Amino acid sequence: MLRFLPALTLLAMLGPVVAGLWGTALPAFGHLPAAGLAGPSLDPFRSLFGWAGLSAAVRLSVMTGLIATSVSLAIVVFITAGWSGTRSFSVLERMLSPLLSVPHAAAAFGLAFLIAPSGWVARLLSPALTGWDRPPDLLIVQDPLGLAMIAGLVVKEVPFLMLMTIAAMGQAQPRRSLLVAQALGYGRLTGWLKTVFPRVYTQIRLPVYVVIAYSMSIVDVAVILGPSTPPTLSVQIVKWMSDPDLSMRLTGAAAALLQLALVIGALGLWWCGERIVARLGHRWIMSGGRGKFDAPIRAFSLGLGSISAFAILFGLAGLAVWSFAAFWSFPNVLPDSFTLRTWGRHGPDAVATLGETFLVAGIAVLLALALVLGCLEAEHRSGRGLTRRGLWLLYLPLLVPQTAFLPGLQTLLLNLGADVGRLPVIFAHLVFVLPYVFLSLGDPWRSWDTRYATVASALGARPWKVFWQVRLPMLLRPILTAMAVGIAVSVGQYLATLLIGGGRVSTLTTEAVALASGGDRRAIGVYGLMQTLAALVPFTLALIIPTILWRNRRGLHE
Amino acid sequence: MNKGLILRNLCILRAGIPLIEVDHAIAAGEVLTVMGPSGVGKSTLLAYITGTLAPTFTGMGQVLLDGVDITTKPPHARRIGILFQDDLLFPHMSVGANLAFGMPPGGGKAARRAQVEDALGDVGLTGFADRDPATLSGGQKARVALVRMLLSNPCALLLDEAFSRLDADLRAQVRDLVFQTAKERALPVLMVTHDIEDAQAAGGAVIELESLSKG
Amino acid sequence: MKHLALIAALIAPTFALANPDPSDWDAVTAEANGQTVYWNAWGGSTTTNDFLAWVGDRVLEDYGVVLEHVKLTDTADAVTRVLSEKQAGEDDDGAIDMIWINGSNFAAMKDADLLFGPYAEQLPNWAVVDVEGKTVQTDFTVPVEGYESPWAMAQVVFVQNTATMPDALGSMDALLEWAKVNPGRFSYPQPPDFLGTTFLKQALVDILDDPSVLQTPATDENYNEVTAPLWAYLDALTPHLWRMGRAYPATGTAMFPLIADGELDLSISFSPGAASTAITNFELPDTVRTFVLDKGTIGNASFVAIPYNSGSAAGAMVVANFLMSPEAQARAQDPNILGYGTVLNMDALSTDERAAFDALELGIATLSPAELGSVQAEPHPSWMTRIADDWAERYGTGQ
Repeated sequence: MLRFLPALTLLAMLGPVVAGLWGTALPAFGHLPAAGLAGPSLDPFRSLFGWAGLSAAVRLSVMTGLIATSVSLAIVVFITAGWSGTRSFSVLERMLSPLLSVPHAAAAFGLAFLIAPSGWVARLLSPALTGWDRPPDLLIVQDPLGLAMIAGLVVKEVPFLMLMTIAAMGQAQPRRSLLVAQALGYGRLTGWLKTVFPRVYTQIRLPVYVVIAYSMSIVDVAVILGPSTPPTLSVQIVKWMSDPDLSMRLTGAAAALLQLALVIGALGLWWCGERIVARLGHRWIMSGGRGKFDAPIRAFSLGLGSISAFAILFGLAGLAVWSFAAFWSFPNVLPDSFTLRTWGRHGPDAVATLGETFLVAGIAVLLALALVLGCLEAEHRSGRGLTRRGLWLLYLPLLVPQTAFLPGLQTLLLNLGADVGRLPVIFAHLVFVLPYVFLSLGDPWRSWDTRYATVASALGARPWKVFWQVRLPMLLRPILTAMAVGIAVSVGQYLATLLIGGGRVSTLTTEAVALASGGDRRAIGVYGLMQTLAALVPFTLALIIPTILWRNRRGLHE
Repeated sequence: MNKGLILRNLCILRAGIPLIEVDHAIAAGEVLTVMGPSGVGKSTLLAYITGTLAPTFTGMGQVLLDGVDITTKPPHARRIGILFQDDLLFPHMSVGANLAFGMPPGGGKAARRAQVEDALGDVGLTGFADRDPATLSGGQKARVALVRMLLSNPCALLLDEAFSRLDADLRAQVRDLVFQTAKERALPVLMVTHDIEDAQAAGGAVIELESLSKG
Repeated sequence: MKHLALIAALIAPTFALANPDPSDWDAVTAEANGQTVYWNAWGGSTTTNDFLAWVGDRVLEDYGVVLEHVKLTDTADAVTRVLSEKQAGEDDDGAIDMIWINGSNFAAMKDADLLFGPYAEQLPNWAVVDVEGKTVQTDFTVPVEGYESPWAMAQVVFVQNTATMPDALGSMDALLEWAKVNPGRFSYPQPPDFLGTTFLKQALVDILDDPSVLQTPATDENYNEVTAPLWAYLDALTPHLWRMGRAYPATGTAMFPLIADGELDLSISFSPGAASTAITNFELPDTVRTFVLDKGTIGNASFVAIPYNSGSAAGAMVVANFLMSPEAQARAQDPNILGYGTVLNMDALSTDERAAFDALELGIATLSPAELGSVQAEPHPSWMTRIADDWAERYGTGQ
C-alpha cells in the first residue's frame, strides 16, 4: 500500500495539470467536438493575434512578472545579506508567517485602500501637506504600466522568498563563511553576497521560478490592482473563457497556450539572466572589492522590506476600519462615525462562507497530509530520498500557469459529468496544496533523528507503531504548521474555485473578488478580513496547540 | 544451542567496495569492543546488525543470535537492544511511558506500572515515572535509557559510543552499571568506541577496524 | 456522417413544450415543494444580495422552495455554463435553475434554444403585470415570447453630487461641455459592463436626431454611418473623463465610493432609486441627487429566465411568480431596500396592495414617476454588440 503512495501523490498533483493542458490544447487548435467543431485549425490563434490588446496584454504579463520577481528577490537578498543574525532581522523573521498567510486578494485590497488617490496615505497628508481637498485625478491603481499590481505582488512575494531563503540558509552555514569574509576585511553585505549567496540561490532557485510563473499568471491581484484597458493576458483569458460566444472560448484556449509559452520563455530569460549575473558576480568576487556601498544599501533594503511588511499590515487595518465605517469621505483620516451595520449585513453570510471555505480547505489538507506523510514514510522505509527530478515534479504544478490548465480542466470535468459540487474543487485545490504541504513538511521530517526509529524498533516496535507513537507526536509542530500552510493555500485559491466550482462553491476568496467589481469598500472590508482570519487562525493554532499539549515536555520546545 | 551473538563473515560494502569485514563470536555475558577512527564504518556495522542499514550500503554474511539466524528478520523482531551516545528518550513521553513503550505487551495496567517503578528503583530513580525526560540530568537520562532497553528483554546489547557524551566520573559509573547488568543477564555485548578506557573497562576482546576502502 | 448527426442533434430545438406545464399551477407548486433553485444573479451589490436572500426566506416559507443565490460577477458566466452543459450532454439537471438576465444574454440563450418555456405569461401574477405601459414583452427589441418573466424596471438616471455640481444637465452635448470645464469628474463603467454599454446607447440615442433606425438590426451598410457621431462624441469626451479615460470603474456601484470621496461629481445609474438607497447605507453623501435628460432616458425591464436543463423548473417558476407578486414588488421599490421600479399595473391591484406602494417614501434622491419622464426604447442588440466591440478596440486596448 505504502509503495503506491508516491505514485498516487504524483497522480493527484500532476494528473489534473496534464489533463487540463490537454483540455486546453484541443480547443486551442479548433477542436471542440461537443460543439461540432473539429480541428485541427489555426483559426483560434488567428483570432487571438487579431485582438488589438494582445501586445499590451502580453507586455503587461511579462513585465509585471519579471519586475515583481526581481524586486522581491533583490529586497530579500539585500535584507538577508545586510541584516541576517541581527535583532532587526529576527523581528522581520517573526512577522513572516502571518504576512505569508494573508491571502493575495486581501493584501491587494488593503494596498488599494492605502495607495489610491483617495487612499489612507493621501488622506493622512491632505489637505495640510498636499493642498488636496478632493482626491487628485491620478492613475495610481489600475495604471497601464501595472505598477500598482507589481507593488501588490512584491508585498506578498517578499515574505515567501524570505522564508525560503531562511530555510536555505540553514543548510548553507552562513555564519562561518561570513566570519571568514569579515576577517578578510569584507563588509557584512558584500561578504555575504560573495560567500553565502551563491549557495543560497541554488536552494531558492525553484521557489524563484514559482514566483515568476505565479506573478505572470495571477488573476485576482490583476483584477483588483491591474489595468483594464487592456487587462493582463490571464485576466483576458478568464474573460474569453466566460464569453457566451463559443468561438471566444477557442480564442481563450489559444491564449492559454500563449500564456504557457510566455511563462516558459520568461523562465528561459531568467535562466540566461542567472548565467550573466553569475559571470559578473564571479568577476566581482575576483576583483576583491570590499564593499563601499554596504551601509546605504543595507539601510535602503531594510526600509523597502519594512514598507512592504507595513503595507500589508496597514492595508488590513484599512479593511478593518472600512468594515466598521459609517459615512467616510475624503480627506478625513477616519470615518464620521463607526457602525456595526456592515457586519450585521454581511457577518452571517461571511460566517457561512467561512464554513464552506474551511470544509474545502480541511478536506484538501487532510488528503494532502495523508499523501505527504505516506510518501515521506515510504521514503524513510526504503531509505531512498527525493531526487532532483522528484523535486522538479513537486514544483511542476506551481510552475505551470493556472490560466493554462484550469480552463481545460473545467471543460474535461464537464465532459465527465463531474462538474458540480465541492469534490472537484477539493481535488483542484489539492493540486496546489500538495506541493506546499510537501515542501513545508519535507525538511523537518527528514531532519528528524532516525536513531529514534532505530531505538524504538530495537525496543520491539513495529514500523507503524514507530510512525504513530514516536515520529508523528515528535513532529506535531511541523505537521500542524504544514497543515496551516495548506489551509492558507486553499483559502487563497481564486481561479481553481471559480472555474472548477462553476459558481456553486463559493469561498471567502471568490466572494471577496466578486465584490471587487461592485466597489463596496465596506463589504470588501468584511470579506477581506474574514479571508485573512481564515488563513491566520490555523497558523495561530499551529503555534498554540503544541505549546498546550506539550506544556510539560521541555524537550519539544527548543 | 549456543548462546551469544555470532557475526559470521560479515562484510559491508559501499558502492561495491568493501568497507568493513568482521568475523567474530561474542559469548553470553562477554563484551566485544570495536575500535577505529571515525568514518571507518563502526556505526554501519551496528546498523547491519539491527537491520537498519541504509540502502547505499550492501551487507553480506550472517548474524546469529542464540543460535537463530536473524539476518533477514525485520528490526523489531531481532531482540537486539541498542544504546547511542545520546539518550534518545522520546521527548513527548514521560519517563514512565518511555519505559512502558519497550515492555512486551500484556499484564494489567497496575502490574506494568509496578514493573516500571521497580525498574526505576533498581537504578536509584524511584518516583521518576511521571517526570519529563528533559528535566533529568545527563546521568539520570543515561540510566533511564538503559532501563528502557532492558525492560524490552533484549537478547544482545549494542553500544554505539554510548558513554562518550558523559563527563569523566559519571562515565565510569554508567559504564560499570551497563557492563554489570549485561553480565548479570548474560547478554552478549558489542561496543563501538574510540575511547581506549571503554575498551579496558569492558575487558573483552578488541577489534581494531581499519579503513579498507582507503588503502 | 456521425459528426453531422451530432451537429443536427445540437441544433435541433430541445423543448417544444414546457414541462412541467405552467398553466397547471397546482401541479407546479406541488412539484416545487422541496426543490432547490440555484439562482445565478450578479452578486456585486449588497442591497440586491439582501433582497434575494429575503426572497429565499419567503419562498421557503410559502412554497418549501430552497433558493440559493449563486453570485456572479458577470451574467455571461451563467450563459457559458449552460452552453457548456449542453455541449457535454448534461440535459436534465444543470447547475443553474434561474438566471437574472436581459438584453444580449437573453437573445443569445433564446437563439441557441437554451431556455425553458414559454412559461411567463401562464404565471398567476402575470395578470397584474403592466403589459401596456412597461416594456415587458420585448427585451432590447427581441420578442420575449414567455421565455423570461419580468421583475423590475430600470431607467437611466444621472447621479450628481450637488455639493460640487449644482446644476442638472439636459443633454449629452451639455454633458460634454460640462466635462470640458470640469475635467476628471465624470466616468462610466467599462464596457462590456451592462451599465457601461447602456451609457454608450444613451449617448447615441440622445445625439441622433432620429434614433428610430436603432430599432431595426444594424447592417454593414448603415452601421458606420449611424455610429459615426457617437465615436466623434466619445473622442471629444474621453480626454476629459476621470483618469483621462485610461482606466474605468468596473461597475456602476463602483462609482459610488468615487462620488463619496469627491473624485467624481457625476455618474450614471440604471436604477432610479439606487442613489437614495446608497445614501441610507453611507455609500453616498446626502447631497446627491438624480436627473434625466430633456429627451428622456433609456429604460428596460430586468427579467429572470430558466435554463432548458434546470432540474428544478417548477421551483424556479414559483420564485419567478413570487418576484411579480405585489408583496415582492413593493419591497423591491422601497428605496431603503432596493429602490427598483415595479413592473405591476397599479390599476390591476386591490386597494390594500396599492396602499403598500403609495406608502413608500421614495427617498431624497429619487425622482417621481412624473419626473422620470418618457422612456426611450432600447436599441436592437445587434447595435450594442458591435458598439461594445468597437469601443473595446478604440478605448479598451488603446494604451
